[in-house]
Amino acid sequence: MELNKLDLFSIRLIAPEIILISIALILILLDLVIKRKETIAFVGVLGTLTAAYVNYKLCAMGWTGSTLLGMFAFDGYANFFKLIFYINIILTIFISLRYMVLEEASFGEYYSLILFATSGMMFMASAVDLIVLYVGLELMALSTYILVGITRRQVRSNEAALKYFFLGAFSSAFLLYGISLTYGLTGTTNLKEIASALQNLNLLENPILFLGMILVIAAFGFKIALVPFHMWAPDAYEGAPTSITSFMSIGPKAAAFAALGRVLFDAFGPMHVQWSSILIPLSVITMAAGNIIAIAQTNIKRMLAYSSIAHAGYALLGIIAGTHGGLSSMMNYMAIYAFMNIGAFAVVIMLRSKGFRGEELTDYEGLAKSHPAASALMLIFMFSLTGIPPTAGFIAKFYIFMEAINAGYTPLVIIAVIFSAISAFFYLRVVMYMYMKEPKAHVTLSTSPAIFLTIAVTAAVTLILGLFPSLLVELAKMSIAGF
Amino acid sequence: MLPELFFAYFAVTITGLSILVITRKNPVHSVLWMLVLFIHIAALYVFLNAEFLAAVQIIVYAGAILVLFLFVIMLLNLRKEEIEQKFQKQWPLGMLAGTLFILFFVIILNKFAVFPAPGEYSIQAIQGEGNIMVIGKVLYTEYLLPFEIASLVLLVAIIGAVVLAKKKISE
Repeated sequence: MELNKLDLFSIRLIAPEIILISIALILILLDLVIKRKETIAFVGVLGTLTAAYVNYKLCAMGWTGSTLLGMFAFDGYANFFKLIFYINIILTIFISLRYMVLEEASFGEYYSLILFATSGMMFMASAVDLIVLYVGLELMALSTYILVGITRRQVRSNEAALKYFFLGAFSSAFLLYGISLTYGLTGTTNLKEIASALQNLNLLENPILFLGMILVIAAFGFKIALVPFHMWAPDAYEGAPTSITSFMSIGPKAAAFAALGRVLFDAFGPMHVQWSSILIPLSVITMAAGNIIAIAQTNIKRMLAYSSIAHAGYALLGIIAGTHGGLSSMMNYMAIYAFMNIGAFAVVIMLRSKGFRGEELTDYEGLAKSHPAASALMLIFMFSLTGIPPTAGFIAKFYIFMEAINAGYTPLVIIAVIFSAISAFFYLRVVMYMYMKEPKAHVTLSTSPAIFLTIAVTAAVTLILGLFPSLLVELAKMSIAGF
Repeated sequence: MLPELFFAYFAVTITGLSILVITRKNPVHSVLWMLVLFIHIAALYVFLNAEFLAAVQIIVYAGAILVLFLFVIMLLNLRKEEIEQKFQKQWPLGMLAGTLFILFFVIILNKFAVFPAPGEYSIQAIQGEGNIMVIGKVLYTEYLLPFEIASLVLLVAIIGAVVLAKKKISE
């Protein structure tokens, strides 16, 4: 079947995106007539499940390749990331239900914007043309800026949104400049055609193309929050509503990793030596700064922000390796990170109750005495984020380190392991506070069936993938085949 | 020779105007310099045989967006802005980075001489078919997907403006 044509057949392959966008539009209209925002959230979850099902069906028919005149790739690589995005939407909506009412910002638009942001991420993961990549990134970014500032009565939320917006706009300029330099030299924005132009026009050593590539990497560095492009992250993560902090520590990060992986492998593949020489120092300082600054934090959201920066540094090893195995271990890492991070944020959200923020580390003192179950689950997530077996976090790190060693980056892996050991200090400090300190004040948990379900699912997946890693690893390997 | 002179004039003037825009104390003056800047950019489009883009640049940017800028400036009381220092303390650092960037470009200037295969829309092809027609054709076939996503970006911007500025917070 000819895929590279603009017809109904090729449009069918963006059906999941179309469904998600339609549901997002419907949610805005429903907001006008439905008073109970839980109903709107439910429609959103249902729509996401439909999109995921259609996506699965399309996968099952076994089509891969680019479509819509070479703009959009429907392949295993993109579909794996889309799976992460669907899980991210559903779990984010679950943890938002009660929390957004507490924050007095439970709007229909909130759920709609989550879907819009995710459709942007899906376009990014599927983009095989730099133009689609850019507009997808803008769709994702613009929706996320609004979500960060949606609790607009809080000054810190406004500040977070503004900072994120300015630095995001700045990074878009980098991306566009990089794209225009690349386009000027190669005469195309299609990733595969860029790769062939690199060979045909003898551009591999061209410093201008190198500059263009650096600018593209810097722009994605902003979105992934690599040091030195991470300045926005702690403030934005702290000021945003906690459910959105969880959403944006996974979605935009995974989308930017997906796009970065595709651009570097597909378009700049022959320049592996050059781009890995940029990414290696970035990855080292990201792991160093993320893990070391996290030690000094007293606010758990800020601590998790630095932890998220550090995890980006580890995941980058998969791309640096420059092999398909490395790429699949990066995908594996993002999926596991999604589960353990949403789980940790869900516990943070539970501590929030009327008139009590519950974001300081000291709020966790003696939690094990008053709420043993919640503490035990938090323990699992913290162990997993540290990378202690038998949790999934260990598996994620193990595979990414293994692939990096296979590709010959042993010193880099040694550095990563050292920083990983340092990270145990601030993750396990939360555990120490919960189990070894006397409770200071009485903490009431804001539970709801949805948040209970989220924590149960994320904790179960974190443990199951820790014990049976092949489930996910095989899926990632299968997805990458033919990339 | 003439095209080079033409381009040189616009390139130098655009750079100068950009500097004027960011250094004026009075924001209204900045916006007015920006108007002149946009008109010069439109001229560059004409230079590239893209008359339609030039017209759009004038109508949308110089016409609509600048008027919005002026509205916002007049709605906000920016008297304080005029007294306060215009730049942050770090501006020499930014200047240094910019200068290094320019130097880098000057050094590698000859590397720009790469000639990728020309696309199907040569100047002759565009002139034969008409500027607007070609843009329309490309936009609604080859670039349909990014075009539609761009419309979503605009929609999200509208939703965002409404949510952040107008939405009533009620129980």
